[in-house]
Amino acid sequence: MQDITENILELVRLTSTDLPPDVEASIHRAIEEEEPGSAARGALETIIKNVELSRKNSTPICQDTGTPIFYVYYPSGWSTRVLRQQIEAAIVQATKKAYLRPNSVDSLTGKNSGNNLGGKHFPSIHFEEVEGDTLTIELLLKGGGCENVGAQYSLPNDALNAGRDLAGVRKVVLDAVYQAQGQGCAPGILGIAIGGDRGSSYYASKETLYRKLDDTNPDPQLDTLEKTLVSEGNLLGIGPMGFGGKTTLLGAKITHQNRLPASFFVSVSYMCWAYRRRRMTITNDLVKYE
Amino acid sequence: MQTLNMPLDEETIRSLKVGDPVLLKGVMITGRDAAHKWMVDTFIKKSRQPQGDDLDVYAAIKPLLAGGVIYHCGPVVGGLDTKQYKFVAAGPTTSIREEPYQGMVMKHFNVMGVIGKGGMGAKTLAACGEVPGVYLHAIGGAASLIAQTVTHVLGVYKLDFGVPEAMWVIEVNDFPAVVTMDSHNGSLHASVEAHSKAVLQELLAKA
Repeated sequence: MQDITENILELVRLTSTDLPPDVEASIHRAIEEEEPGSAARGALETIIKNVELSRKNSTPICQDTGTPIFYVYYPSGWSTRVLRQQIEAAIVQATKKAYLRPNSVDSLTGKNSGNNLGGKHFPSIHFEEVEGDTLTIELLLKGGGCENVGAQYSLPNDALNAGRDLAGVRKVVLDAVYQAQGQGCAPGILGIAIGGDRGSSYYASKETLYRKLDDTNPDPQLDTLEKTLVSEGNLLGIGPMGFGGKTTLLGAKITHQNRLPASFFVSVSYMCWAYRRRRMTITNDLVKYE
Repeated sequence: MQTLNMPLDEETIRSLKVGDPVLLKGVMITGRDAAHKWMVDTFIKKSRQPQGDDLDVYAAIKPLLAGGVIYHCGPVVGGLDTKQYKFVAAGPTTSIREEPYQGMVMKHFNVMGVIGKGGMGAKTLAACGEVPGVYLHAIGGAASLIAQTVTHVLGVYKLDFGVPEAMWVIEVNDFPAVVTMDSHNGSLHASVEAHSKAVLQELLAKA
């Protein structure tokens, strides 16, 4: 099996330092929505300056380089045990090169491992075998500020008058956006999962964040709800950084999975504007980054 | 745009109002979750005995914090092997986690400026009125840009807390921020929250 540690290191560097084009374009569009001279517009303009500088100097867009969340789709013939070793080696190197902040802390002792490794769950790696001969590795760097404002609701929710239907989903998601205020580095992107158990629901909410900002949901009902949530979320007026303004959300992505008769969870993962997600594919010797 | 020279003084702080953009110049110190808990437990509530270098660090940070500024930041730092430290990425972290501690720390050390993101609550706002002090909002995620305003890393305390949680003493020039909580009970965060709550109630009542 080939050694792709260097390729994974490049994936990490790219993800940490170079904001994807679809996200940058949506921030540019948001600038035009905000009043000239407003704090909201100033914040977005500063964000774009920082994005350009980070790309030029190959330095992290945000100092909170977050939890590295990998999804690895491998054809048969690749060893997940060896891939894990190579991912971990790349993570250690990326930390030495200051593409990543040492971010893995022992929850009991408070000790920072210093190299972004720590047990089975740091970094977070998901493996899935696929057909064909292309290895795909997707990486999301999700910071703690936005992770902290994620929320899970169990429906029905009496306080919000939210029942077990899409109207109820809409209500709890809007509440999550309100609760987050500017704490998650608005403007944010919502990953939303309907159904599942508490654990699978949160995982699914994060998996939706690998979608492109300008795609459409294959389910027309969910596509409509995604657009409604963005426009109504923006009516809340929380704005960039919570300064007030028209742009509170850049996007919303919804998925669903089967649930138990007794359970109806809605999980919301809030992603900050520094929406760092990249993909690498390897087909034979051809390596591509996007 | 107004330049704020650190250390700050009472007259300057009282002149600042919510919405004022400022540029900071001088020496500040980073401190976040571990540092705030350590300061409060060891020196304010005294629920924990000083250990190791605690008393030395206290003596060293006390003059820096008098009229000084605490920055809620866990930076990416280069040169860790050689101790030729350089800030590579240094945006603000979410401040509300320090809400249980911040007011006590401000009053104990006479801290006049707190920089972070997302704003803080009623206890910190009350301390801003008393000390007096201001809360300065930096742009969350603008880490490369803010790191460029850090001209020197003068030293570091409590590196055993880990790089993000250590207390880094830094000299900055033209560090950009906006006053979002002032010493006259003004808070942009309280007004944005109240407005968004009213809109949410309308949206929830629909359908």
